[in-house]
Amino acid sequence: MERKKITRGFWIKLVSAPILMFAFAYAMVPIYDVFCEITGFNGTTGRIESEQQYVVDEQRKVEVSFFAMTMGGFPVQFGPKVHSMTIVPGKFYTASYIAKNNTDKTVIGQAIPSVAPTDAALYFKKLECFCFNKQVFKPHEEVEMTLRFVVEPELDKRIKDISLSYNFFKLEE
Amino acid sequence: MHGLIMVFGAIMPAFVGLGNWLIPMMIGAPDMALPRMNNWSFWILPFAGSILLSTFFMEGGAPAFGWTFYAPLSTTFAPDSTDFFIFAVHLLGFSSIMGAINIIATVLNMRAPEMKLMDMPLFVWTWLITSFLLIGAMPVLAGAVTMMLTDRNFGTAFFDATGGGDPVLFQHIFWFFGHPEVYIMILPAFGVVSHIIPTFARKPLFGYSSMVYATASIAFLSYIVWAHHMFLTGMPVAGELYFMYATMLIAVPTGVKVFNWISTMWRGSMTFEAPMLWAVSFVFLFTIGGFSGLMLGIAPADIQYHDTYFVVAHFHYVLVTGALWSIIAATFYWLPKWTGKMYNEFLAKIHFWWAVIAVNVLFFPQHFLGLAGMPRRIPDYSLQFADFNFISSIGGFAFGASFFLLTYIVIDCIRNGKPATARPWEGAKGLEWTLEPKAQYHSFNTPPSRKLIEAESQNS
Repeated sequence: MERKKITRGFWIKLVSAPILMFAFAYAMVPIYDVFCEITGFNGTTGRIESEQQYVVDEQRKVEVSFFAMTMGGFPVQFGPKVHSMTIVPGKFYTASYIAKNNTDKTVIGQAIPSVAPTDAALYFKKLECFCFNKQVFKPHEEVEMTLRFVVEPELDKRIKDISLSYNFFKLEE
Repeated sequence: MHGLIMVFGAIMPAFVGLGNWLIPMMIGAPDMALPRMNNWSFWILPFAGSILLSTFFMEGGAPAFGWTFYAPLSTTFAPDSTDFFIFAVHLLGFSSIMGAINIIATVLNMRAPEMKLMDMPLFVWTWLITSFLLIGAMPVLAGAVTMMLTDRNFGTAFFDATGGGDPVLFQHIFWFFGHPEVYIMILPAFGVVSHIIPTFARKPLFGYSSMVYATASIAFLSYIVWAHHMFLTGMPVAGELYFMYATMLIAVPTGVKVFNWISTMWRGSMTFEAPMLWAVSFVFLFTIGGFSGLMLGIAPADIQYHDTYFVVAHFHYVLVTGALWSIIAATFYWLPKWTGKMYNEFLAKIHFWWAVIAVNVLFFPQHFLGLAGMPRRIPDYSLQFADFNFISSIGGFAFGASFFLLTYIVIDCIRNGKPATARPWEGAKGLEWTLEPKAQYHSFNTPPSRKLIEAESQNS
């Protein structure tokens, strides 16, 4: 019997496999974003467009704590106005953060939110938030930034505490 | 750098080398299928290695973020030499992918026409499956370092939260490569051991086909468990449960393999020449590493073990006493076929006992250090860890020194070894043993007959 020859099709398959996998590595970037949005994986919070009505159980209470961080090199003081709130799932609330630019320059920053525990992230919905847009801080100006949010009643009954944290990054000066 | 050199510069090239030397002989082929590509694959290595090592002499120092090079440590906070590291990883990846393509082409096309897939020796099987892991996983690594490169130099923000990226994404991409990678380093080892144990137990390999299927299932599972390296990144409970159960599942095919090796030895007429000593200690020590891996795979337990010396002990048991052990076992087992001469059995036994004691003195105390809370990747540690580290260091120096003896044994074999017979191990099966004592560069210019293949098959 003769030995087989390496056919053209075999070559194409062999070489295209690594190329496809290289492309797959890049495809993981959007796939990961969509995955985080759908599942709340990695503490990604949700967004809603209008104040809708939920079935509200007035007896149920959840404690929401607010945290603030800034990345190295961000010259603006940033912190929550109130450190925690007791809320009822299904109702809308407003919370605010205070930021003060201590420098002589205008600073532009962007806040990235994260919710813990991650199982709560999916049900933490924001109507308005300063994190939706980039924020401009004029020199020595103190601003109050608000967010309006709701924790949906579908939240797991075992979750009694939620923490929301923002991390501010400098975009440009 | 230690991890990078050992993974990409030691274990992987050693296995590719073994594969290139042994696979053609084992499948009755004259040589590898694509010599030119192989040339590339080989000659890229010294250049990539030099680029990687040259970073030690650069301003700002060598890359200092471990072989996992997590962003932003490797992007925002890394030394300038990181770009050399990225280029070196690209080249090493190219080399591995070309090596893998060559092995697939050789096994599927150059096999003796009378040899069916289920006649192939297990080393060939495990390498074939490893090659598929390589062409699937290495390009993902190339993607990860390319994203790092553009993040560092061209203003993209794949892993930079300031620009809408996510550092955790880096870990997902890295471990999507990284987990198959650890099986790339161990599957050929399984193949080697599946040759040596039947030879010195003088029994056919127990459960040949289950070995093949177990290897394939391990390879498949390796692609869907990556996030068990990331239990502490803040995953939802459902995610942790899935990755925990999937990880536990890998213990099943691996258990099948260990069971098969032990059953092969059961009631065999065992003798303990050097290759067998290494193979038996592989089964024993690799299984210790496997069990500590199971412990790490339990999500709640991993919260304690994560990033401690327990992890260090675990992966050194699977990679040193696993992958490296099988490479040394293979060296002794096939050395007569490569050189046509026998090594000094007495010295080889001394080397074995020296190394096996030293390696346990080196790595076993690291389990205790990890459980006591000593973290990985720290330049200095608390005083209470000093004693176990002292023991570990003694083992480290002793183990390192054992390689001088190994080098001497190999050189002594090449220079002064007694002539070997074509089949120096009486229980050995396989087409390579039907060749002359020192295998020529081109073997099997006429393909072996069906009768010979059947007589030398492990599947009987």
